[in-house]
Amino acid sequence: MNPLLLGFDILLSTTLLGLALAALTSREPRRGVILFIAFGLLLALVWARLRAPDLALAEAAIGAGLAGALMLSAARRAARRR
Amino acid sequence: MSSSNPQALLIPLLLAAIGALLFWAFWSGLTGHEGERLAALALERVPESGASNPVTSVLLNFRAYDTLLELAVLLAALLGIWSLGPAAAPYQRASLLLDSLVGWVVPMLIIAGGYLLWIGGQAPGGAFQAGALLGAAGVTLALSGRPNAGLPGEAWLRVLAALGTLVFALIGLTLMGVGLGFLTYPPALAKALILTIETGATLSIGATLAAAFLGGRPRAKRNAEP
Repeated sequence: MNPLLLGFDILLSTTLLGLALAALTSREPRRGVILFIAFGLLLALVWARLRAPDLALAEAAIGAGLAGALMLSAARRAARRR
Repeated sequence: MSSSNPQALLIPLLLAAIGALLFWAFWSGLTGHEGERLAALALERVPESGASNPVTSVLLNFRAYDTLLELAVLLAALLGIWSLGPAAAPYQRASLLLDSLVGWVVPMLIIAGGYLLWIGGQAPGGAFQAGALLGAAGVTLALSGRPNAGLPGEAWLRVLAALGTLVFALIGLTLMGVGLGFLTYPPALAKALILTIETGATLSIGATLAAAFLGGRPRAKRNAEP
């Protein structure tokens, strides 16, 4: 395996795990959601690296984009209600 | 949240148990079975499925029942959101600059959605991705202050939201009535049927996702612009 690609994969997966941890432990909902969107975009890259372009498209559009927008508006409402 | 609450301990334990179960299922799926795997069998018969993209042929032909249920789940989710109450007040109208940008972005999203729907038969793409783009167009419209995210009134919105499930189930039942199995397409008609189902599904997914972003039952037109 190409060492450059291997390095990229290792970097990608460690960043992904770090982002997941940061999103889960974030105290502020808005910050957590933004971290989750970044997580979704990197996950789309992982699907692309696994040669699953269909899943990469769906993850970027639904997982990161729409779910992110939904959760941002939910966080906004929750903050207003508090 | 205090740690004296027994729920605070119970939930992580339950989650860990579910995680262990899923990992066990995954592991036994990888190592358990001897003999022929489904993937090779499915790949062999892709040419008869009506879609040359293997992912689409699995989603809409070999495993169509599963996709029908996914659409039903989306519909149920929308019903759940509507039962929460009326939608939030619309966002304030965007400034001139953002408003004219939205005027460019939304048609492009719709065209890209149509492209993904069509290309899904031969290459990566398909109803869910195309529907997500339509939904994103609705979210963009809602964020720039259009009431109801550019969606039609509630009567038509109900039709749109149910369209995908309805077309899918009707085609399945018709095929059953003709004497084939539920959702067993005759190879000659497979492409046309898949495209019909995907078109309905795309419209439904787009409308459902945009309506979900509004976060409640759509407001009547006279309440939308006070």
